[in-house]
Amino acid sequence: MKEGRRWLEIAGVHLVLLVASAAVLYPVLWVVRLAVSPTGRLTEAGALPIPKEFSLQNLSDFIFARDFYGRPIFFIQLGNSLLVSGAATIVGLLFALSAAYGFSRFAFPLRRAGMRTMLVSQMFPAVVTAVPLLFLLDALGLFGTTAGLVLIYATTSVPFSIWMLKGYFDVIPKDLDESARLDGASAWIVFTRILLPLVRPGIGLTALFSFMSAYNEFIMASVFLDDVTAYTLPVTLQQSVGGFDPNWGLFAAGSLVLSIPVVLVFFFVQKQMVEGMTAGAVKG
Amino acid sequence: MSVALHFEHVGKRYGETIVLSDVDFRTEPGELVVLVGPSGCGKSTLMRLVAGLETLSEGTIRAGDRVLNDVPPQDRGVGMVFQSYALYPHLTVRENLAFPLFVKKVSPETRAREVERVAEMLSLGPLLDRLPKQLSGGQRQRVAIGRCLVRKPDIYCFDEPLSNLDAALRSQIRVELKALQRELGKTTIYVTHDQVEAMTMADRIVVLHRGVVQQVGSPEELYLRPHNRFVARFIGTPAMNLVAGGLREGRFEGGPIRAAVSVGTSVERVLLGARPEHVRVHPEGKVEARVRGIEPVGEAGYLHLAVEGISLDTGAATSGSTPKPGLLCASVAGRDAFGYREGETVRFDLVDERLVIFDAVSGDRIG
Ligand SMILES: Nc1ncnc2c1ncn2[C@@H]1O[C@H](COP(=O)(O)OP(=O)(O)OP(=O)(O)O)[C@@H](O)[C@H]1O
Ligand SMILES: [Mg+2]
Repeated sequence: MKEGRRWLEIAGVHLVLLVASAAVLYPVLWVVRLAVSPTGRLTEAGALPIPKEFSLQNLSDFIFARDFYGRPIFFIQLGNSLLVSGAATIVGLLFALSAAYGFSRFAFPLRRAGMRTMLVSQMFPAVVTAVPLLFLLDALGLFGTTAGLVLIYATTSVPFSIWMLKGYFDVIPKDLDESARLDGASAWIVFTRILLPLVRPGIGLTALFSFMSAYNEFIMASVFLDDVTAYTLPVTLQQSVGGFDPNWGLFAAGSLVLSIPVVLVFFFVQKQMVEGMTAGAVKG
Repeated sequence: MSVALHFEHVGKRYGETIVLSDVDFRTEPGELVVLVGPSGCGKSTLMRLVAGLETLSEGTIRAGDRVLNDVPPQDRGVGMVFQSYALYPHLTVRENLAFPLFVKKVSPETRAREVERVAEMLSLGPLLDRLPKQLSGGQRQRVAIGRCLVRKPDIYCFDEPLSNLDAALRSQIRVELKALQRELGKTTIYVTHDQVEAMTMADRIVVLHRGVVQQVGSPEELYLRPHNRFVARFIGTPAMNLVAGGLREGRFEGGPIRAAVSVGTSVERVLLGARPEHVRVHPEGKVEARVRGIEPVGEAGYLHLAVEGISLDTGAATSGSTPKPGLLCASVAGRDAFGYREGETVRFDLVDERLVIFDAVSGDRIG
C-alpha cells in the first residue's frame, strides 16, 4: 500500500520533469533538425522536429567555409571570438575583483552611490551606448581593432561583475580580515592570501557570465568590425541568413557550432557554480 | 615580559551613539582581567580598542609606558582570539598556525619549528594537516589560541572564546585556559557575559553596564562588596536578594525584616542586600516565611520563600538563575533541601555582618 503510493509519487515527479525537459528541448531539437536538413526551408516542417532527409552538408559548409582568398574563415573567426571573450573576461575580472574588494571592505565617501550608479549603468540598452563608445574608441585609435572590442566587452561586464563579486566578499566574515591584520598582513596579503581563495566559486561564476556575454554579443561587434577576418562568430552567423531565400539550415548549423564552447565551459564550471549558489547557506 | 595596561578616560562614539564613556582603570602586569556585562554593554568594543581594530574617540590606552592610541594593530603586540575563532577556512591547521610568521617573512625552518612547539603545547600534533571544517569546536578553539601564541604577543585578548562550546567542554577549557595564562604570565583581557566564567577565571573583574564601568575589583570584592545595585544583581548565582525598606540610626526596617547595619545616617528609602547564604533558615529564626519553591542543586540547595509584608527589588539585569520574583532566596546545605515541603512554614534570620545597603534612588552602596 505504502510502497504503491511511493511509486506513484516518483512517477508523478518524473512526468513533470519530462514535460518540462521537453518544453526546454523542443526549440533546440528544431535547430538540430534544421541543421541536418539539406534545404533548410522552414515551410516543409511538420510539428515534430524530425528531419525528412539527413545530411551534414550545412555543418561542413559552415565549418569549412573559405573566403574569396581561400582562407579558412570559420577558424579565424572562432579564434577571434575566443580571444576577444577570453581577454575581455580576464581584463574585466581584474578590475571587478579589486573594485569589489574595495566596495566590500573599505568605507569611503560615495560608496553606496557608486554601487547604485553601476547598477543604473546596466539599465541602458547596448545600442544607446554604441555611438558614444565608437567615438571614444575612434579617438583612441582603436576603432575596428580586436583590442578595442576587448575594451568594450571588459568595461560593459565590469559593473555587473562587481555587484556579483561584492556579494561573495560580503559573506566572508570580517573577523578573518581583522585577524589577518593583527597578524601583520597588509591589505594586499589579505586580498590575495585570504579573500581571493575564498571567493573562488564567485570568480568562476562571474567569469562564465563575462565570457558568455562577450561571446554572444552581436550588436557592438557588427557595428564596430568591418574586416571579415576580424569578425566574431555572431556577426558571421547573422550574415549567413541574408538574401531573399535564406538558408536556415546553414544558420542552424552555425548556431550549434557556436554553442559548443559555451557548453564545454558550463561543463567544467558546473561544480563551482553549484558551490557558488549555495555559498553562505552553511557557515564554517 | 608582561606589561600593565592603563585605560585613561577612554571613550568611544559611533556618530551620536556613545558606546563607552570615561573608562578609567589599570591592570597589573600578567593579570587576567575579565570584562563582564550584559549584551551590548561595550565589552567587545573596549577589547577592539586595545587591539587597534577601532580608534578611540577620547582618552588614552597605554601598555606599560607606551601610548597605544596611534600604533597600528600589528605593532601593538596584542594577540586576539575571536569569538568566531576566525580560522582561515582554506588553510590547514599547520598553515593557519604559520600564517603570522609567514606574513612576517620568517624563514620556513623557523616557521616549522615554532608551529611544532605550539602544536605540542596545545596537543594539536595529530590535527596539523586538517582543514578547520574537519575539527570539533574545542579543537578549532585550540587552533585559534595556537595562532595567537605563535606570534608571542605581550597582551592577549579573548572575546567570548567559550561561547560556542557546550557546557562540559566549556568548564574543561576554562581550566586549561587559566592554567595556560598562568604559565605564560602575560597580561590577558578576557571578555564574557557569563559571570560564572568571570568569577572562576579572573584576577580582576571589570563590570560594564551601558558603556560605563560599574566596578573594578577582585572576584571576592565584587561578590562581597558590590559598589552598586547593578553589580550586586549581576554577580552571583542566584542573585543577591534586595529588600526594600528604610534606614533609621543604624537599623534597617523593611516589613518584618530588621537588621543592624554599619550606617549611622537615616535614609528614607534603601535596599538591603543579602546573599542567599546570608539568609539562615533555622527553627529559632525571627522572621516567618512560607516555602514556595525548592531547588536541590547538589552541595547546596535553595529555598524560595514568601515573606508577608516585604517588597523585593528585582530590577536590573541579572545573569544565571533569577530567583522567583517576589520570593526571597535562601541557601541551605544540600541534603537538607530534601527535608522541606512546599507550603510549609519556616523561620529565618539574616546574618547581620554580611549585609550591604544601597541607596534605593541612586543604586549606590552606602554601607
Ligand atoms: N560600528 C558600529 N556602529 C554603531 N554602533 C555600534 C557599532 N559597533 C558596535 N556598536 C554598538 O556598541 C554597543 C556595544 O557593542 P559591543 O559589541 O561592544 O557589545 P558587547 O558588550 O560585546 O555585547 P555582546 O555581549 O553581545 O557581544 C552596542 O550597543 C552596539 O550596537
Ligand atoms: Mg561582544
